[in-house]
Amino acid sequence: MTELLERGPDRAPLPAEPAAHDRGRLFRFLRRRPGLVVSVLVIVFVLISAVFPQLFAPGDPNLAVPRERSLPPGPGHWFGTDYLGRDVWTRVVHGTSLSLQATLIAVAVALVVGGLIGLLAGFVGRWVDEGLMRLVDVLLAIPPILLALALIAALGFGTTNVAIAVGVASVAQFARVMRAETLRVRGTVYVEAARAVGTRWWVTLGRHVLPNAAGPVLVLAVLEFGLAILAVSSLSFLGYGAPPPAPEWGSLVAEGRNYLATAWWMCAMPGLTIAATVLAVNRVSKALDGEWGRDR
Amino acid sequence: MSGPYLLRRLAAAVGVLWAAYTVSFAVLYLLADPVATLVARASDGTTLTTAELDALRAQYGLDQPVPVQYLDRLWAALQGDLGTSFVNGQPVTSTIGEALPPTLQIASAGLVLAVLLGAGVALTATYTRSRWLAQALMGLPSLAVSLPVFWVGLMLVQLFSFQLGWLPAVGARGPEALVLPAITLALPTGALIAQVLVKSMSQALAEPYVTTARAKGVGPLAVHLRHALGNAALPALTVLGYVTGNLLAGTVVVETVFTRPGLGRITVSAVADQDIPLVQGVVLFAAFVFVVVNLVVDLLYPLLDPRVAQAVPA
Repeated sequence: MTELLERGPDRAPLPAEPAAHDRGRLFRFLRRRPGLVVSVLVIVFVLISAVFPQLFAPGDPNLAVPRERSLPPGPGHWFGTDYLGRDVWTRVVHGTSLSLQATLIAVAVALVVGGLIGLLAGFVGRWVDEGLMRLVDVLLAIPPILLALALIAALGFGTTNVAIAVGVASVAQFARVMRAETLRVRGTVYVEAARAVGTRWWVTLGRHVLPNAAGPVLVLAVLEFGLAILAVSSLSFLGYGAPPPAPEWGSLVAEGRNYLATAWWMCAMPGLTIAATVLAVNRVSKALDGEWGRDR
Repeated sequence: MSGPYLLRRLAAAVGVLWAAYTVSFAVLYLLADPVATLVARASDGTTLTTAELDALRAQYGLDQPVPVQYLDRLWAALQGDLGTSFVNGQPVTSTIGEALPPTLQIASAGLVLAVLLGAGVALTATYTRSRWLAQALMGLPSLAVSLPVFWVGLMLVQLFSFQLGWLPAVGARGPEALVLPAITLALPTGALIAQVLVKSMSQALAEPYVTTARAKGVGPLAVHLRHALGNAALPALTVLGYVTGNLLAGTVVVETVFTRPGLGRITVSAVADQDIPLVQGVVLFAAFVFVVVNLVVDLLYPLLDPRVAQAVPA
C-alpha cells in the first residue's frame, strides 16, 4: 500500500495520454508486419468496390466491344478483355458485390444459427446439450461442400441459396466453439454472483455470458469469411450461382474456362482476385487470433 | 482390445450413420417438394392431370405420409437399397458403384501425394536450422488453403497442358491423365496434413525423450525420424477421417475441372437435375466413408499407442 502511494506521482502522467501511447504501440505493431498492412488494405479495397464499384471501374461490366475481343492484359485493360470484348477488370470489380453479399449471408447464417445452438447447449446443459451436440456431430460427419450441395438440390439455384447452403454447412463448427466458451463462462465467479443476487436467466445470458463468450466465435467468423469466399466461388464455378450475364467471381472463372488455351487471363485474373482476398482475410484472422494479443 | 470397446465404437458409428440418414432425409424430402422436380422432368411442358401426378407420386412412394416414407426408406436403406434415380430410373447404389472406380483412382493418388507433400514440408520445416527456410515452408500450407481449388486446376492445365504440352488437359485415359487432378486434389489436403504434423512434431521435439536421445549421441536425423516422428504421426492419424472426407468432396470440383467421369461428376449433375435420391445416396456414401475411416483409426489407435490401450476400460 505504501509502495503504491510512493510510486503514485511517477505513474500519474501515464493515464493522462493513453491515446498517444496506444497509437505508438499500434504503429510499432504494424511496422513490423507489412503483410498485415497490405492485407488490411486489400480488404478495404474489396469492401469499397463491393459498395461503390464505379469508383474503381467506371465502365459497364456487361458492355461488349467486339473490336476488343480477347485482348491480353495491358494498358487500358489491365486484366485483359473476354471473348465478347468485355473488360475483365470491370467485371471482377462489379462482381465483388454479388460474391461478397453471398459470403456475408453465409457467415451471418453460420454465426447466428451456430452461435445460438452453442449458446443454448452450453447454457442450458443436460439433455438439450446432449441432443444439440449429437446433431452437430452428424453435421461434422458430412463434408461441408456435400452438405451445401444437398441443400442447393433442395432449395434450388441462385446466389442467396448458395450462400444459405454454405452458411448452414459450417454451423457445426460455430456451435462447438460457442458451446465450449459458454461452458467456460458459465462456471466463472461473476456469473455465479449474478445468479446469487437473483438476476433473471435471460439477463445473465445476454449481459454476462454472451459478451464474454463471443470473442473466439467472432475470430472464427473472420476465418470463416475466407472459407466462405472459397466455398461460394466454388459453387458458383460449378454453375449453381447467379445466372450467366451477372458477374460473380466463381462464374467469371467458369466463363473463361472454355478459352483457357488462348486467353488464360480470363480465368487467371478473377481467380487471383479470389486468392488475394482469401489470403488477406486469413492473415487478418491470424493476427486477431493471436499476434495482437501476444504483442501487447 | 476388448469386446465391449469394439461394440461401443460400432454402435456409435451406426448411430452417426442413422443420424446422417435422418438429416439428409429432412433436408431433401421435407425442405423441397420432390414431386415438383419429378413433374418438371416428366411433363416436358405439358400439364399433368391429377391422376398422372398421383401415379407419379405412388411410383416413388411419395404418396405416403412423411413418417411412413421415412421408415420405408430407412428400412430399404438398411437392406442396401437407396431408391432409384429420378433421372435415369437406375438404382442409386449401382449408379454410385459404377462411378466409384475413377474417383477412387484420383482420390487415392491424391491421398498418397498429399501425405508425401504434407509430411515432406512438415519434416523439412521442423528439421532445418535455417529460420528463413522454416518460415517459408510453414507459410506454404496457409497459402495452399487460400487458393480456390478449381482455379489451381485450371492454371495447372494452362501451364502443363497448353503451354508446355506435357500432360493431357482432360479425360481419364492413361496414368498421365491422373497427374494434374491428383496434384490439384492433394494441395489443400497436403496443407492440412502439414499443419497438423508441424504442430505435433514441434511438441514431440520438446519432449524429454528427445533430449535424452540427443544426450546419448543419436544423430539429428535419427532423432527426428526415429524418435520424434513415430510419436508425432499419431495425432496426425486422427485427422485421417476428415482428410478422406475432404478428398471425396474435392473430387466434385476436380472432376469437373478435368472433365473426368466419377462420383464428383454425377454429384454435380444430380444437384443440377435435383435428383433427390441420388444426392442423398452420395451424402450417405460420404458419411459412410467418414464413419468407416474413423472407426478403423479408432480401432488401430490402441495397437499403435499402448498408452491408449491401457486407458480404455476393459
